[in-house]
Amino acid sequence: MSGVEVGAAAPGGGAAEKRIVRPYGDTTGDGMVQVSFTLPVPHDKRAEGAAVQLANKMGIDPAMLVHAKQMGDGFTFFVVYGRVNHLVDLAAVQVVERDFPLLSAKEVNAVVKQRLRRKLSVVGACIGTDAHTVGIDAILNVKGIAGEKGLEYYRELTVTNLGAQVSVPELVEAARAAKADAVLVSQVVTQRDAHLHNTREMSAAFREAMPAGKRPLLIVGGPRFDETMTEELGVDRIFGRGTTPGEVASYLVHALITNRKAARA
Amino acid sequence: MRRGSRRRRAGRGDGVTGKLDLDPALVARARELARRAGQPVVDLARSHTTVSVERAVLRLAGVTGADPDGIPWVNRLVDAVVADVGLGHGVAAPVFDALAREQISDVTLLAQKAAAGSVRFGQPTGRAATAARRAARKAVAAGIRRIDRRRAERERLVKRYGDPRRRPWIYLIVATGDIYEDIPQAQAAARAGADVIAVIRSTGQSLLDYVPEGATREGFAGTYATQENFRLMRAALDVSSKELGRYVRLTNYASGLCMPEMATLAGLERLDMMLNDSMYGILFRDINPIRTFVDQRFSRQVHARAGIIINTGEDNYLTTADAVEEAHTVTVSQLLNEYFAHEAGLADWQLGLGHAFEINPDLPESFRLELAHALLARELFPDAPLKWMPPTKHMTGDVFRGNLLDGFFNLVGTMTGQGILLVGMMTEAVVTPWLSDRDIALQNVRYVLGAAGGLHEDFVPAPGGFIQQRANRVLGEAVELLERIGEQSLLSAIAEGTFGIMKRPADRGKGLDGVARHEADYYNPATEILEGDAA
Repeated sequence: MSGVEVGAAAPGGGAAEKRIVRPYGDTTGDGMVQVSFTLPVPHDKRAEGAAVQLANKMGIDPAMLVHAKQMGDGFTFFVVYGRVNHLVDLAAVQVVERDFPLLSAKEVNAVVKQRLRRKLSVVGACIGTDAHTVGIDAILNVKGIAGEKGLEYYRELTVTNLGAQVSVPELVEAARAAKADAVLVSQVVTQRDAHLHNTREMSAAFREAMPAGKRPLLIVGGPRFDETMTEELGVDRIFGRGTTPGEVASYLVHALITNRKAARA
Repeated sequence: MRRGSRRRRAGRGDGVTGKLDLDPALVARARELARRAGQPVVDLARSHTTVSVERAVLRLAGVTGADPDGIPWVNRLVDAVVADVGLGHGVAAPVFDALAREQISDVTLLAQKAAAGSVRFGQPTGRAATAARRAARKAVAAGIRRIDRRRAERERLVKRYGDPRRRPWIYLIVATGDIYEDIPQAQAAARAGADVIAVIRSTGQSLLDYVPEGATREGFAGTYATQENFRLMRAALDVSSKELGRYVRLTNYASGLCMPEMATLAGLERLDMMLNDSMYGILFRDINPIRTFVDQRFSRQVHARAGIIINTGEDNYLTTADAVEEAHTVTVSQLLNEYFAHEAGLADWQLGLGHAFEINPDLPESFRLELAHALLARELFPDAPLKWMPPTKHMTGDVFRGNLLDGFFNLVGTMTGQGILLVGMMTEAVVTPWLSDRDIALQNVRYVLGAAGGLHEDFVPAPGGFIQQRANRVLGEAVELLERIGEQSLLSAIAEGTFGIMKRPADRGKGLDGVARHEADYYNPATEILEGDAA
């Protein structure tokens, strides 16, 4: 640990230039943290020693083992308090900025209602032979995923979920009939790069069927997509593993309403 | 053992009724309105069939297994019959007529031949029809006798090992996707105090129009419900029941497009509880309303016969709508679920009517409101076990606050005598529960039940006070809503978004193409037996 950094973290430096910080227990600079974890061993002296060893390896030194409790036959749960010597350099923090703000369902509805002044129409499908509707259902069904409701829950969105094994011409027709503002396509199966072929076929069909200004926003999602391949696949956005309905809804509002000119220029 | 002798077993009416000073005339009016709203739907269910009802009949008649692509033979057989004669006559007569003509005795073999295109089906008439119906009824009766034997077996085991020593029963979820991983987790959960194990289904199974076959090792955020997975888990929990000296119950889902088949498989494999809501599939999965009501009635008739406790899904409304403003929609749905359940032959002890602790904790007096709502459900349905669901909507990832909220949830559960308590996890909305999350959650439940298990004896809300007023107001709003539904119809209320804000018209939704109105000669031996014996 170099003296310069410690100096920067010293108390009394003021909020203005506090570049280096440490965790805070009850005194500035004390570095105190609290962690809990489970080890797959029965509770005895040795288990407690093992927990302290892990804490030490995590940089917690000294580590105070404050709680240990056996669960079932061969597991023990530990709570450890202790001091870490790590320093956090706020200037070196790097975050990947989402290029659109994350909105709540209420906010999405309000923006659509006030600025679009009609329902925003979304058409979703699994195309090709892919029968895995898990992804599209997680995003579209009210049930949603991980406690977050799907797009059907949004009062100002009109959702048409075509389900599985939809052909590209059917999708284009449905998008036209529903006057879709956005088309969501889910692809789970990746055998022989089927997800990439299907996506290219889909985007080409929309380009052919509709002029640039009339085309719906094309969005594709699935666990094996590379989110940077939008141009190559001819779509507006790719969403990868772990995407939530709220992110998709926020993106729709961003791309179709609040940032429309920039997005479609 | 006589069926009636087990009434009230899971109920908890004693000691907690009469605390809200509910107007008996208003309660009676609410039930009458629910009956009036539900009756047209029952008429609809009695005059229609679905592909899944017919597949359930064939499962009872002994069709098992799947083709090399994993499509069950019951699907192949129903599809073949529908292609030749349509769905509206019921498949039993055409199938057993073909069996006689082909001179084979194995219905699965007939399904294989039908799938290969070497059998034609026709709707038999005259003596052929009488013979086919008699043969179909005999085969289906054998299937129903197997369900009866599983029920008797459960009653024997409950007698031998005993029920949990206190209420509420503690309900825990496992869901790894791999049945062989689920089994040790379920057994560990039982050892740690769980009285009921629920195996969450793989995401999206409710929208599959067939039941997958065999033991499965991969799922999406859950494990596929299959007959073999049911059998494996029940056998494992029988081992645990013996070890622990209490009968550990097993739960799965009779919901989605295969609801009647799930109920049938549950009966055949001695599952003890099934999630089986009358409107969940319509509202949250966009399944066609008529399909759902037809499937639901048949599945409930099977549950009634099998001695299975159903769990309804009112908690879900509160996850989409406001838990205070829309509290009365829960009451309305409970009354409708009760009506549909009684009509299908279920007894009060089989009604795990749902409700949940979902009021925003930042709202002043939120705990008192929760108490009022939970006590209202308890007093309206004194002999039903009631399923009490933990907070999910206001669990934020702040696990410390979440654990506190779960403690208050447990406290309401014990103060209002709930029958089944789904254990809340402080890591709700964060991760699928870790071993330690489950342990901390169970510790929370044990503490509250241990410290305040008898508090319901002392807890009497002040006459005319906040809790009594609130409960009476919710009941009043429920009656108003039921009156509005009565003026139009339940189907149009659902179409207009009355429940959980979803709008679901009767001519839309998934699975509509698998629904048919009964022809004059419709025959379903399972319904005939289930209704005949219930009368």
